[in-house]
Amino acid sequence: MAERKVITVAIAGNPNAGKTTIFNHLTGARQHVGNYPGVTVEKKEGLLRRGDIEIRVIDLPGTYSLTAYSVEELIARNVVLEEKPDVVVDVVDASNLERNLYLAVQFMELGVPLVLAFNMSDIARARGMEIDTQKLSRLLGCPIVSTVGHRGLGINALVEAIVKASRESMRPVQVRYGHEIETEIKKLQDAIMASGLVNLNKYPARWLAVKLLEGDSDVLAKVPGPIAAASQGARNRIENFFGDPPEVIIAEQRYGFISGACQQCVRRANVEARHNLSDRIDSIVTHRVLAIPIFLAFMYGVFYFTFALGDPLADLGGSFFALLAKSISNLWPPGVHSSLQSLIVDGIIAGVGNVLVFMPNILFLFLAIAVLEDSGYMARAAFIMDKVMHRIGLHGKSFIPLLLGFGCTIPAIMATRTLENRRDRLTTILVAPLMSCGARLPIYALIIPAFFPRNWQAPVLWSIYLIGIILAVVSAKLLRSTLFRGEAEPFVMELPPYRLPTLKSLLLHMWERSALYLRKAGTIILGLSVLLWAMSSYPEKPGLEQRYAAEVSRVKKECVVKQLDPEECQRKVAELEHSRQSEALEYSLAGRVGRALEPLVRPMGFDWRIATALVGATAAKEVFVAQMGIMYSIGESDEESEELRTRLRENYSALVGFCIMLFCLISAPCVATIAVTRQESGSWKWAVFQFTGLTLLAYVITTVVYQVGRALVAGG
Amino acid sequence: MITVELSSLKPGQKGRVARVTGDAAVRKRLVDMGITSGTEVELLRVAPLGDPVEVRVKGYCLSLRKEEAKSVKVEIISEGNRAR
Repeated sequence: MAERKVITVAIAGNPNAGKTTIFNHLTGARQHVGNYPGVTVEKKEGLLRRGDIEIRVIDLPGTYSLTAYSVEELIARNVVLEEKPDVVVDVVDASNLERNLYLAVQFMELGVPLVLAFNMSDIARARGMEIDTQKLSRLLGCPIVSTVGHRGLGINALVEAIVKASRESMRPVQVRYGHEIETEIKKLQDAIMASGLVNLNKYPARWLAVKLLEGDSDVLAKVPGPIAAASQGARNRIENFFGDPPEVIIAEQRYGFISGACQQCVRRANVEARHNLSDRIDSIVTHRVLAIPIFLAFMYGVFYFTFALGDPLADLGGSFFALLAKSISNLWPPGVHSSLQSLIVDGIIAGVGNVLVFMPNILFLFLAIAVLEDSGYMARAAFIMDKVMHRIGLHGKSFIPLLLGFGCTIPAIMATRTLENRRDRLTTILVAPLMSCGARLPIYALIIPAFFPRNWQAPVLWSIYLIGIILAVVSAKLLRSTLFRGEAEPFVMELPPYRLPTLKSLLLHMWERSALYLRKAGTIILGLSVLLWAMSSYPEKPGLEQRYAAEVSRVKKECVVKQLDPEECQRKVAELEHSRQSEALEYSLAGRVGRALEPLVRPMGFDWRIATALVGATAAKEVFVAQMGIMYSIGESDEESEELRTRLRENYSALVGFCIMLFCLISAPCVATIAVTRQESGSWKWAVFQFTGLTLLAYVITTVVYQVGRALVAGG
Repeated sequence: MITVELSSLKPGQKGRVARVTGDAAVRKRLVDMGITSGTEVELLRVAPLGDPVEVRVKGYCLSLRKEEAKSVKVEIISEGNRAR
């Protein structure tokens, strides 16, 4: 025998039962967060050492049941069946015992050694519940440990129970479903065992039989045809006998078994007094008149917290990177253009900056979301907004991510983690870039004053935002009725009692998700940023450097000879530098792509300069402004540059100006969005779909607007 | 026995579940959440915009759309008089 023993433990439980707190107490900081392959469900693992025993802890998704209807439930049961953990710990909210035990009963049916952690036992006691855990433990056939997760009570006892359960393979009691159903179970069970086609080490025969009777699509696909056919016959017989389908009868029997056990072991002092505080808070927070103002105030709070507190830090980070870039640039003699310098400064530092610039916002966002989730308000927000969101085919919880999209698409997409249903989540992710983000504002700020008189400026800006919202609503509806069609997911959602979140769990939540962004999306953003840098720097125009260097020294000499004003002289040198940049960009791959795209962007009223700047803008939307500056040889400009506005006015009409904004609003999201979509959807497929779909949409809409606009101008 | 749809209860009214109908996914979700026949449910409130509704079942609070509440048939057992 090896001297070190490894035990695998899976932690299961209802959402809101305090599963995460127990997991955190067990594993401390030694956790690994990722996604289950191919799905958007978070996967957490941690390690814990007890003497010479190493305990590997897997955190299963929080579920109410183990059906095949939801990804989370399928994952939870597949991990138990396929990874065969030595022990399953089911975290039970002791103050809400009956519904929580419903999941426990299903784990008992899976035939795994089970330990029940009766969490929030303090709340249960405060509510006047007295649970005879010893007796209940005997009735269920599995050990019960009382815990108070947020105070870390009972954790040691839980670890001991886990170790003990892994040694004695104690088999939990099975629910009996009554004569009619048991007869059918027995028949199916025999047929399964006789067929020899199913791996019975993995799947307990009785569990398979029960699942077949429940009409479980996943199990039906696993068993041989004749058995599936036999199970249909059995289902019909049961439905004829009871007048209800077997899955309903089976669920009722499970609840019946639980209710019987609870009647013997739980004494309640005053049933009606429970939930009093939560109820009172709810009567204000979900009040007919007050609910919406309160909701909007909370949303404003999240927005303020994320952006008003995050942006100064982000700016600070920005200045730091600018300073770093400058001091590294200064390592080279002035006037020399080295490829290495450009790679480090414009490629890598700018790329790392692109990743980190979002960090403050992401940290604050996740903190705000953790407060909303842990306190129980998130469920109320969904309750209040569901009617509106349901109209466009989404879930009440989609509202918050979409709102955040006005700040930045990255935190918006990451906020979709609160959506449990994959179809809702993907739809929200895909349309989120249509909420006009803060990085597009510099583009509008440059263009609107350039083309529109003062009293038109606000309505134009407003119309851009409105177009984004309308397109998001229409696209969401379209996606829900085509790609993500299928019966609407039932909105059957628990409204958990309000709870005061603990600082520790808030910070842990915040850090876990932010770290995931840094690790997964960060590397992709960095890579794509360097790629885009290379595109706008290479190939280098032969002789360009030498020609301009010669030109610069000629001008400088001239200055000395003619004794020109030093300012005048510097201006001339800067002009030369600007036209060098412009020529270099034009010659680069980005410039060539821009030129090649010209015939394609013509119908939108764009020329090759705009097309080149748009290519650059995929790194980050606001880069468009700087790139236009370079294209017009006035150097890297910001959105307040009057010189650039003048150039724009000389070269384009107001209609083209509007079309630029429209295209920037709808088209190809920035590389960070692409990276985060890829990370959060679990596949490149959706990132590519989003990128091409939105760009195509932008192309069609901008073309129509430009062509119709031009016809109207010509006609009028 | 006269049954009504759960969605038609008024805030404060209690009922006993007689039957759960509707398509398989919704029905399964409802019974999994404890809305089984014979269970007592109380309609707590309707969302500010008129949908969904919140009910108390087996001692906890559950929200569901009226669409889904329609598939739960209940027998009214008390009118309730919540002072709101």
